[in-house]
Amino acid sequence: MTRTIEYRDALREAMSEEMRRDQRVFLMGEEVAEYQGAYKVSRGMLDEFGPHRVIDTPISETGFAGLGIGAAMSGLRPIIEFMSWSFSLVAADQILNNAPKMLYMSGGQFPIPIVFRGNNGAGGQLGSTHSWCVESLYAGVPGLKMAIPFDAYDAKGLLKTAIRDDNPVFFLESERLLGIKGEVPEEEYLIPLGQATLRRRGDDCTIVGFGRPLYFCLEAAEALAREGIECDVVDGRTIRPLDIDSIAESVRRTNYCVVVDQSWPFASIGAEVAAQVHEHCFDDLDNHVIRVHSDDVPAPYAYNLEQEMLPNARKIVEAVRAVTYAG
Amino acid sequence: MPVRTVLNTTIEHVSILDEDGNFDADLGRDLIPDDDAVRLYEHMSICRHFDEIAFKLQRSGRMGTYPENRGQEAASLGAAYVLRPDDWLVPCYRENTGLFWRGLPMEMILLHWMGDERGNQIAADLAMTPQAIPIGTQLLHAVGLAWASKYRGEDRISCTFFGDGATSEGDCHEALNFAANLNIPVVFLCQNNGWAISVPTKIQCSAPTLAQRGMAYGMPCVQCDGNDIFAVAKVVRDAAELARTEHRPTFIEAVTYRLGDHTTADDARRYRDQAEVDAWKKRDPLLRLRNYLSERTLWDDDREKALAARAKKEVAAAARRAEEIADPARTDMFDFLYATLSPDIEAQRSTARTSSLGVDPTQLDDARSSGIEEAV
Ligand SMILES: Cc1ncc(C[n+]2csc(CCOP(=O)(O)OP(=O)(O)O)c2C)c(N)n1
Ligand SMILES: [Mg+2]
Repeated sequence: MTRTIEYRDALREAMSEEMRRDQRVFLMGEEVAEYQGAYKVSRGMLDEFGPHRVIDTPISETGFAGLGIGAAMSGLRPIIEFMSWSFSLVAADQILNNAPKMLYMSGGQFPIPIVFRGNNGAGGQLGSTHSWCVESLYAGVPGLKMAIPFDAYDAKGLLKTAIRDDNPVFFLESERLLGIKGEVPEEEYLIPLGQATLRRRGDDCTIVGFGRPLYFCLEAAEALAREGIECDVVDGRTIRPLDIDSIAESVRRTNYCVVVDQSWPFASIGAEVAAQVHEHCFDDLDNHVIRVHSDDVPAPYAYNLEQEMLPNARKIVEAVRAVTYAG
Repeated sequence: MPVRTVLNTTIEHVSILDEDGNFDADLGRDLIPDDDAVRLYEHMSICRHFDEIAFKLQRSGRMGTYPENRGQEAASLGAAYVLRPDDWLVPCYRENTGLFWRGLPMEMILLHWMGDERGNQIAADLAMTPQAIPIGTQLLHAVGLAWASKYRGEDRISCTFFGDGATSEGDCHEALNFAANLNIPVVFLCQNNGWAISVPTKIQCSAPTLAQRGMAYGMPCVQCDGNDIFAVAKVVRDAAELARTEHRPTFIEAVTYRLGDHTTADDARRYRDQAEVDAWKKRDPLLRLRNYLSERTLWDDDREKALAARAKKEVAAAARRAEEIADPARTDMFDFLYATLSPDIEAQRSTARTSSLGVDPTQLDDARSSGIEEAV
């Protein structure tokens, strides 16, 4: 049996189920309790779990990120919500310099089973300081995992796995997706970290994407199909670990590859995936990989500019045509 | 005596024109001359109307989001009134009255909240920084601006505004520590409006005052009635004097109240009592100043009517200017990226393609790209 629920409700179900299952799990962050979450993700959770486990904080990102790490060191399993990943920059030393290294530096004494989660990415006309795509900035740090769910089904399945994971997991949601509905089973399910999936099937070109830009990929694939170019759209689902095997499998079938990433082009997830595809599929490729990114500017505030800046369908169509010599 | 007291301290609260209309003639002497009091009242009223119009623009879908300033008009205005025109104003987002008093055109704030970078393109001679949206970051900038004044041997100071919530950020504490230890001429003006979105001040601070945050870093600190423009003017004037002559910072807690929602995306009825709001309505800074003026026959109903008409006209004109501005051109987003653009970014700018295409984007012909737009 399935139901149709919003992405935000899927996130809440994942947290609530894990909190019922495991007393060590708690949720902390700005506005998560009384306000039911700045984006209403934790609706009803204060009522069910009480202020002992659903905790409003002062506006101190370093404070609650660091507190969470300490609590994790003692064996609790914190879920730390950043209202926006943009605000995680305040807490960079805690989340990058402490959480992913504690196990390593303590010779295995202090696992950090923590989830940092919140909205990531531009597109909501929030201005450049509130529109960060942190994946390329953070994913390079060894010791952390990173998931970036595409729809309600993945949001729930991936988050439950992330909460049970014994490592720090950076969970990148999208404010643009919170209200989108999708089918979610009644029964419990988990989605492993590091397993890509196919969002659309086609043999002419592989488009690899993560999170919200996959919607642009699907829009582009639709347009391309109308002119006879059928694309595989591969959703990586997690950036760390990266399921390069599934991506390579697709590329070996299509012989062409476009990578779509909402980060800036320079030193990005897109650059990393393209490099790995070249390494794994050099003999199968009939052209080099082409990357589609956000333009190399801070997210503009004005609506028209922001839409242009994103790795939109126009840019993806253009890239697929160029890579398949269809131009 | 093995145990002795090493610090005993008090925090003063300054009130000059209280909510019942009592005026402390001693403290208030020579603070705000009558004609200025009239001008300040007029300014606050126009800003109150501006707030209403901005709110309506948002509700009718013509503006993204807007944080009402209602109820907090006295704090930044009292400060801007006593500061020198070249002293830095380093605001957050509830300082419209002070910024407009300094000379910021009203349409700039509207443009900002309509989602247009040009709303932050503030003329240099206004000596103010863009509204700080990442909470608390601007306190350190104020410290740096004032430090630079001192470095240059100038006697400009800076005054920064921030909320009760912002005092929980590390940036705030580091700013206070720097300013106190390095003798940097900053006035820290905390608008304690009782709430940070849905979080009451007691969750940010367990001490009885926010003012004492300054004490912990060794700087003078004072609390004032933030809805009393006389009190604000007095404490900021004293703090500015200390900063200018002795390079010493001051921490001011202006006790005020956010009469509106946090922003238009919020509904405060869900988390706070109407009784609390009603009690604060009686302490409205506009009401108080108007009564003060009326009692001194400086104000009457006719003037009030004329003012309402003027406010309507001025705000409508500002709204028109904000709404009539043409959309920015696609290439505008590259304009202020670097002092001069590097060739790869210049190519992105001129072709509307990222450098990641793997081919020189200028080599792709334009006919093809327009075909692409049709296809999508
Ligand atoms: C670093 C950072 N964290 C969180 C936020 C989200 N946020 C925006 S306004 C706000 C509350 C601010 O409260 P306060 O400082 O009291 O100012 P007020 O809105 O009451 O004027 C929060 C948490 C932000 N903008 N920046
Ligand atoms: Mg506040």
